[in-house]
Amino acid sequence: MSDYNFAYLDEQTKRMIRRAILKGVAVPGYQVPFASREMPMPYGWGTGGVQVTAACLTPGDTLKVIDQGADDTTNAVSIRKFFQRTAGVAVTESTAAATIIQTRHRIPETPLTEGQILVYQVPIPEPLRFLEPRETETRRMHALEDYGLMHVKLYEDIARNGAIATSYAYPVKVEGRYVMDPSPIPKFDNPKLSGSRALQVFGAGREQRIYAVPPYTDVVSLDFEDHPFEASKAPHACDLCGDDASYLDEVITDDSGGRMFVCSDTDHCAGRQAAGHRGRLSPQEDAA
Amino acid sequence: MTGQPLLRVEGITRTYGGRIGCTDVSFDLWPGEVMGIVGESGSGKSTLLGCLAGHLPPDEGRVIFDTRAEGPRDVMRMSEPERRMLGRTDWAFVHQNPRDGLRMGVSAGGNVGERLMAVGARHYGRIRDEALDWLTRVEIAADRIDDRPRQFSGGMQQRLQIARNLVTGPRLVFMDEPTGGLDVSVQARLLDLLRGLVRSMGLSAVIVTHDLAVVRLLADRLMVMKGGRVVEQGLTDQVLDDPQHAYTQLLVSSVLQV
Repeated sequence: MSDYNFAYLDEQTKRMIRRAILKGVAVPGYQVPFASREMPMPYGWGTGGVQVTAACLTPGDTLKVIDQGADDTTNAVSIRKFFQRTAGVAVTESTAAATIIQTRHRIPETPLTEGQILVYQVPIPEPLRFLEPRETETRRMHALEDYGLMHVKLYEDIARNGAIATSYAYPVKVEGRYVMDPSPIPKFDNPKLSGSRALQVFGAGREQRIYAVPPYTDVVSLDFEDHPFEASKAPHACDLCGDDASYLDEVITDDSGGRMFVCSDTDHCAGRQAAGHRGRLSPQEDAA
Repeated sequence: MTGQPLLRVEGITRTYGGRIGCTDVSFDLWPGEVMGIVGESGSGKSTLLGCLAGHLPPDEGRVIFDTRAEGPRDVMRMSEPERRMLGRTDWAFVHQNPRDGLRMGVSAGGNVGERLMAVGARHYGRIRDEALDWLTRVEIAADRIDDRPRQFSGGMQQRLQIARNLVTGPRLVFMDEPTGGLDVSVQARLLDLLRGLVRSMGLSAVIVTHDLAVVRLLADRLMVMKGGRVVEQGLTDQVLDDPQHAYTQLLVSSVLQV
């Protein structure tokens, strides 16, 4: 028995957040303001995501938390523990077994299914923020669908780097209407946003915004006709499970240039290793 | 010169609380015509220009613009998206301070291309070609296309601002002291450029300035404002050579002769 209300937040707060989520689902890609609460963790650690998760959790849910694809990093472990303690829900590291997945900066490799909810932690929800500092003006630009500026950013990318160098937080247009910041996921994950079977909810705690992409919603990455969008990743295969189609982290292994590439999605990688896949640096099994 | 005036201004009044910004200003602007508005600081020139360009809502009066698609429309009663669309296709606004009209963190090419992208251009190569063409037209070297306006001189910034505004081929340009803050030789070059562009593109323009030399060179007609009111208007040469109103006489005689 915990001394906290189920999932930490009080019922009125959860109700308020659920209303924001419902509005977000009704207007895909629109940033709904909500009265973000002070959470027992610093801003930037996922206060928005935690509030959305708290509002979505039911006692029967199974929760998975990932940070940059990994289940075992500080952020993921603490948030998972937080909900174990305050909500007493079941937790898992398996993407397929989870009903709610809170994520920071990745979409799991395993395709999501109907009935799952993917909750994103968002630092800066406004895709136009670094182009137009005034909030009043960016809101008006969203209202009027005045998105020429977004392409100015991409133009600058090409002018300076010869290609669209934006590799994460790559702007998308949702259902032909709102331009949205998909949170800092790598652009490799952008195609997975579109037509997803799971509900995707984005929570920005400090900025007090919630937005959502309902299942089977069309999400298009912005680009130029002669510089089309490209979902890029490191041109390697995972050194542990040998997968050449998953998103990779580069790990420096010594100070003489040694490095390895591993799947950023630890659940995906572990699953493949369990199924017998091996990569370049997998421990050699002795048959002896 | 048949049919409609391009811009018809009727009884524009704008007050700031009890103070008059400008009051009861009316005029017609015909296609290809350049109208100069002169007056001392605080005479309501910029307020008037702001009202005309839709930046400030006037308290009274109408601004009727002869739109391409639908003929004369009251700009004040247009919806915001329509007005914004107008503001980046048929209209242009050149600010006194280039920092107000440019995006200082975006390269010259991006600045020129912004209007194109805002009206739906999505082909990088073509946007860039257009930007290059316009930089050449305003005498900015092509190899500066990826430099930011911060690295430009004041005169270049102002020319860049002009290129950025004219790239969509507007029919009406509002200019607020386009030569303010530039030294005389740079001013002369800029005026030369402006005059060339206005003539070759058949632009109509409303130019607000306190510099009589600017209107002498550019404007066909002249309006003199004082205390928010128009005190005299007529052909530029007529007003400057034979001023009738006491204030105009003072203004004309105040110009230093070198």
